[in-house]
Parts: sequence; structure tokens; C-alpha cells
Amino acid sequence: MTQRTTDITVGLFMLAGLAALLFLALQVSGLSPKSAKSTYTIYADFNDTGGITPRGRVSMAGVTVGSIDSITLNKETFQARVAMSIHGDVDNIPADSAAVIRTSGLLGEQYIDISIGGEMDSLQPGDTFYSTQSAMNIERLISNFASGK
Amino acid sequence: MGLDSYITLKDVVFSRSERRVFNGVSVEIPRGKITAIMGPSGSGKTTLLRLVGGQLRPDSGSIVVDGQSIGELRRKELYKFREKMGMLFQSGALFTDLSVYENVAFPMRVHTKLPEDMINDIVLMKLEAVGLRGARNLMPSELSGGMNRRVALARSIALDPELIMYDEPFAGQDPIGMGVLVKLIRDLNSSMGLTSVLVSHDVQESLSICHYACIIADGKVIGAGSPAELQNHPSEQVQQFLNGHPDGPVPFHYPSSAAAEDFGLAGGVS
Amino acid sequence: MIDKIASFGRSGADLVISIGRAGRFLAGVLSGVPRPKTGFPLLMKQLYSVGVLSLAIIVVSGLFIGMVLGLQGYTILSDFGSEAAIGQMIALTLVRELGPVVTALLFAGRAGSALTAEIGLMKATEQLSSMEMMGVDPLRRVIAPRLWAGFIAMPILAIIFSMVGIWGGMLVGVEWLGVFEGSYWGNMQASVDFWDDVVNGIIKSVVFGFVCAWIAVYQGYDCVPTSAGISSATTKTVVYSSLAVLGLDFVLTAVMFGNF
Ligand SMILES: Nc1ncnc2c1ncn2[C@@H]1O[C@H](COP(=O)(O)OP(=O)(O)O)[C@@H](O)[C@H]1O
Ligand SMILES: [Mg+2]
Repeated sequence: MTQRTTDITVGLFMLAGLAALLFLALQVSGLSPKSAKSTYTIYADFNDTGGITPRGRVSMAGVTVGSIDSITLNKETFQARVAMSIHGDVDNIPADSAAVIRTSGLLGEQYIDISIGGEMDSLQPGDTFYSTQSAMNIERLISNFASGK
Repeated sequence: MGLDSYITLKDVVFSRSERRVFNGVSVEIPRGKITAIMGPSGSGKTTLLRLVGGQLRPDSGSIVVDGQSIGELRRKELYKFREKMGMLFQSGALFTDLSVYENVAFPMRVHTKLPEDMINDIVLMKLEAVGLRGARNLMPSELSGGMNRRVALARSIALDPELIMYDEPFAGQDPIGMGVLVKLIRDLNSSMGLTSVLVSHDVQESLSICHYACIIADGKVIGAGSPAELQNHPSEQVQQFLNGHPDGPVPFHYPSSAAAEDFGLAGGVS
Repeated sequence: MIDKIASFGRSGADLVISIGRAGRFLAGVLSGVPRPKTGFPLLMKQLYSVGVLSLAIIVVSGLFIGMVLGLQGYTILSDFGSEAAIGQMIALTLVRELGPVVTALLFAGRAGSALTAEIGLMKATEQLSSMEMMGVDPLRRVIAPRLWAGFIAMPILAIIFSMVGIWGGMLVGVEWLGVFEGSYWGNMQASVDFWDDVVNGIIKSVVFGFVCAWIAVYQGYDCVPTSAGISSATTKTVVYSSLAVLGLDFVLTAVMFGNF
């Protein structure tokens, strides 16, 4: 085994490692090369956030347009304040749109769906949704139904 | 001794796992001469060489090599200092992953910036000196024990050191190899003025080539002087060692309790 | 009773002493600037024997583990009708946990034990001593390239392990059991985050690489230079590395993925 063959084999080994890293980045975690896309942040206040978590999905008409950054409690209103980053190219969300927490499938993960309003003005970075709809709570639904209210 | 001494050990005390190997040893090794260190096996001859090389530190006492006290050197300085020492290990200690050629070239590649053709010449010259030029492409595992030792010798003289220490060079050599080695040790000493320290328990061979000899036993120097002086040494211990009598003041046994106790005869028998 | 306390204290002191020795050893290995001209070929040689030669066992194990995850995941998830989530399950398990941990355990057995035995034998045959006497520091010449090689090779091996595992899971889940390929990758991409999952997994394997390589070279360098000594040092390398990897994995997981 000469030094040269050793060098070449080790080089190939390193390249294989690099290729595997690219695979994990692109194919497995779906990191797109044109990432570091600009985003802007908007907020929504919910009475009940249910099971959404940071890094969760934000979508419009089923298409992912952003992700949840943080969920904090507003101590004055006792509502949950959710900050989400929206992709920069989706810059025309009507100002009267609503943020709705939905569940994919019966037991699937929860995500925020933006249901589109009709106004001409659009939400600006830092704005808060005017109307929201909290997570559907099956227990509460059932108890409401049972007590006939 | 009025000679200029290259190595001076003074009142060296050294213990190894609670066993005292040296108990106040003082030795002077003259510059440019061959000095034989003799003693029964286990008397600490290898340990002595390691102390001189700075691989072990004495508990007390001083070791001065070429005017430099070994104990005062810092790690880095010690490594630098060792470049002028060569040591031939008892087992040869060749690097098993390098060929014979590369083994001999190793010290030059590490310590010098010599061009490749010069290294080649020196390596072949050193291998020629030990009679193994033809074995240059073999791996150490393909050599016999004696050949191993000869390659190791070629390696330890590759950088032309000032001091060379041989640990049992004659063990396992055939008579011809032995003759070659004896001649080589003499030549290296006389032509290059090397200071040589020869550790051996091979009394006749050692006395035949050394200028000066010293015998250690029981953690002490029991006799020192020129071969002729030693032959006529008054001490019984020295005479026993030189002539190989099994009985005498030098114990053949490793220190132990009374034999009767170990064999279960100490009063237990009714 | 007093005896027990005393012996307990003594073994505690022994532990502290040996950790101290290992630390001083590490400082000796890492101190000093590496000389690129001599150091680089040595490092390459070690990367070859530590990294490239471990590749086969890593690829084969990764493939089988991915396939088993595919089978088990399918059986469990199909009870909930969500076998489409199999991709995300396999990917998260491998990238966060099994990739780094199993690679480290295999590495300890395959490369770590070989490192210990090699260095131990070099010590027993006085090669390290003779190097010292030639004015060459074995810590830097023999130990340092091996330590660095382990440190560099481990993350690469772990990444390859995860990749092969995910592919093996796809073989079983998609090709054999008929999960829709789009949802295999789609679910995976939606739930695996590059920084939080992949990079954290790589950080784990970097830590494991360092610890495993350190244990292996230290055990070799510190062994009793006899056949029995080398064999016990080799065993210690595998045992200590495995325990260290599993213990550290818990700590790292708690720090990285625990929400407190
Ligand atoms: N690594 C060691 N640990 C403990 N004792 C040792 C070790 N090496 C040598 N000794 C002891 O030191 C003494 C001297 O050993 P050594 O110098 O090898 O003897 P020699 O070379 O004269 O045969 C012996 O009694 C031996 O038992
Ligand atoms: Mg000896």
C-alpha cells in the first residue's frame, strides 16, 4: 500500500461522508439550497393552542407557507401568543384573514391554517391576526353536546 | 580515575514498585572508551541505561551526561538531548510496520533534512556494516532475533551519535555474528571516538573488548576497573561473578523468605 | 467497617488518579504544533485503518438496522393507520440516536480495540521506548495521529450509517411493504430539521469519536506490557468506551432534545 493509494482511498472516504451529509441535508431534512429565504413574523392570539408546537407548520390552502416560532402566554389577556415566520414571497395575506388551528387526519399533528379573508390591505410584518379560531377540543365538544347547550 | 568522564552517576538510589534496584550507585564512564557494565540478570543493568537515557528518574542522586544533568532537562530539551545518544535495546525494538530499510532511515527522516539519495547511501552503508545490506527489503517479522538486533544496531548508529549504549548485544548471536559485532563495536569506538556502554553478562566477550568494566550486584557497584584489575580483584563477590561459581556471596536467588517456610516445612510437620 | 470505608476511599482516589493521568496524557498528545509535512501522511495512514477499514461493518450494520426499523415501524404504525409516518420515525431514530450511538459502539469494537492492541504491543516490544531514545516523542508521533483519526472518522462513519439506514428503511417500507414513496420522503422532510436533528446528531458523534479514540489510545499506552496486560487493556477499551458512549448519549440527549 503506497502513500498515494492511501491518500486516494481516504479522500474517497471523506467524499462519501460529504455525499452522505448532503443526502441528510437535502433529501432527509428537506433543506433546500436556496434556503436562508427571507421571512417575516406575524402574530396570532389563541384561547387554546391545543397541540401545536414550535417548528410546526403554517399553511394556506394546504400549502406550507411558514412555520411556528414560539408560543408564549400573554399574562394580561391569558391568551396564548403565537409568533410565526411566513415566507417572504407570500406578502399579500389579506388583513382580515383568520388563523385556525387544524388537525391533519383524525389523530395527526396540529398545524395553523390561514383562512383567507377578502380585504385589499395585507398583513404587514409584526401585525397580529384580527380573528383566530382555537384548537378543536374533542372533550369539550362531547361535553357540550351531552349537556345539550 | 583521572580520565575525562562522559557519564557520571553519583549516589543514585532508584526503586521500582517498592523494590530497591539501586542503593547508592556511583559510576564514571570515560569519554571515547568502551565501558562494560556487568552483573547477574535482574541486577538493574537495563535500568541503569534507562536512567542514563532519562526514561527513568532516580529517587535521589545525580546523573550527568556530557556535562548536562539529565534530571534538570525539561521534556523537550531531553528529546533534543537524546539525538546524540544511540541505544540498542535488548529486543531490538524495530518498528514492525516499517521495512528494514525504512527502520534504519527513520532517525534521519525525523531529525535531518537530508536528500533522499544521501539517506539511501547512508542506510546502505550502515546496513553493510552489520552485514545485512541484502536484507533491506525484508520486514522485521522476517528476520531472526540476531538479525533483528543487528538492524537495530544499524539504526542506532544512523545519526552518528556521541554515545551508544548496547543492551545485551551478544545474546542470541551465532559465533560469526558475535565476532562481527565485537569487531563492529571496537571499530565504531576507535574510528569515530564513540563513547560506548556495553551491558552484558557475557564475561569473557565483554572483558575482551572493554577498556573499563564495572560489576553491579545487590544494588551496588561491587567492583570497577580495567579488565586486568578486575581479574585480580580481591573481592570474593567479583571473583565469583567472573568465574561463574554457583556458590558464593552473590545470591543466585531473587530475594525471598527462607525456603523452608515456602515449602511448608516451617514447624508445621509433627 | 473502617476497612470498607478505607477501601472505598482508596478506589475513589485511584479513580481520580487515573482520570488525572489520562488528562495529563491527553495534554501531552495535543500539545505542540503539528508539523504538516511529517504529520499529514501519518494521519492519512491512520484514517485509512481506522476509518476506511471500518466502513464495511458500518454499511452492513446500517443497512440491517434500517431494514429492521422499517419492519418494526410498519407493524406498529399500521395499527394506527399511520404507516406513512414510517419515514419520519426511521429518520429521526437514526439521525438523532442510532446513527451516532451504534456507530460508536461498533467503532469501539472494531477500531478502538485494534488501536489499543497495536499501541500496547508497540509498548511491549519496546518500540515506544526506542522511539523515545531516538529523540522522537511517541505521544506525538504514534498517539496523536491515531487520536485525530478516530476523532475525524467517527462523524463521517455515523453520517454514512444514518444514510444507509434510511435507505434500508425505504427498501423495506416502500419497495416491500408498499408505503407510498412520496409520503416516505415527504413526512421525513416535514419532521426532520437539519440543524436540530442532523447537526445535533453529528455533534454527538464528534463527542463520541473523541472519547472512544482517547480511551483506546490511553489504554494502549498505559497497559501492562505483557500479553495478559494487552488483552485486559483491549477489553477495557471496549467496555469503557461503550459505557462512556451510552452515558454521554443520555446527557447529550437531555441537553439537546429535552425541553426544560
Ligand atoms: N517495569 C518494571 N516494574 C517493576 N519492576 C521492574 C520493571 N522492570 C524491571 N524491574 C525490576 O528491576 C530490576 C532490574 O531489572 P533490569 O534492569 O531489567 O535487570 P537486568 O537488565 O540487569 O537483567 C529487576 O529486579 C526487575 O524485577
Ligand atoms: Mg536487561
